[in-house]
Amino acid sequence: MIVTIRYFAWLRERIGHAEERVDPPASITTIGALTDWLADLSPAHANAFAQRAVIKTAIDQQFVNADALIAGAHEIAFFPPFTGG
Amino acid sequence: MPIIRIQAEDFDVGAELARLEVGAGAVASFVGIVRAEAHGKRLTALTLEHYPGMTERAASAIADQAMMRWPLSDCTIIHRIGRLAPGARIVLAAAASAHRAAALEATAFLIDWLKTDAPFWKHETFTNGETAWVAPRTEDDQARSRWG
Repeated sequence: MIVTIRYFAWLRERIGHAEERVDPPASITTIGALTDWLADLSPAHANAFAQRAVIKTAIDQQFVNADALIAGAHEIAFFPPFTGG
Repeated sequence: MPIIRIQAEDFDVGAELARLEVGAGAVASFVGIVRAEAHGKRLTALTLEHYPGMTERAASAIADQAMMRWPLSDCTIIHRIGRLAPGARIVLAAAASAHRAAALEATAFLIDWLKTDAPFWKHETFTNGETAWVAPRTEDDQARSRWG
């Protein structure tokens, strides 16, 4: 399943790009499993996902938890907690 | 209809409040400004990153919540993005109602929820060349949760 991954703020900085197209194996079905898989892609990814507990996720711009299923997702975003306002 | 705008440009507070005054008895507002200092260091710039699309959706949902919770005639959220200098306006949250309590409470609600529920991230650049991503504050989470 080819899906677009987007990174924001310090996740984007640590990984080195804002967006990438990935093709995780079929055994990766949840956000939690996808996170583990992404963290293994490169040392930069491992560094970015090191503080995994604080990282938030959205599928197609809707907040989801680690147990959310990724089937059918077009865009999955990873980002730190919001600091606007 | 609430006005929701995510934009690089500055905004005219007077003009925005005048729009809300029509048919209202009370208009309350909050304007956030870039501070000159953070952590004892002088700031050169505050840069706001956001998630286009999700930001507008989140801000609209917050405005809709305010309209449901209080008897508002209207409300406005304007949030700037990009690189801002100290003293620059960052955000306007404003609410209009027949009486002051609803307008004041809804305004506090709008800015409290904007801080925790809309996908913006602040990045600080200091005069000494250092940079830092702004860390979330537990006070902001507490401020959000007081509204249930």
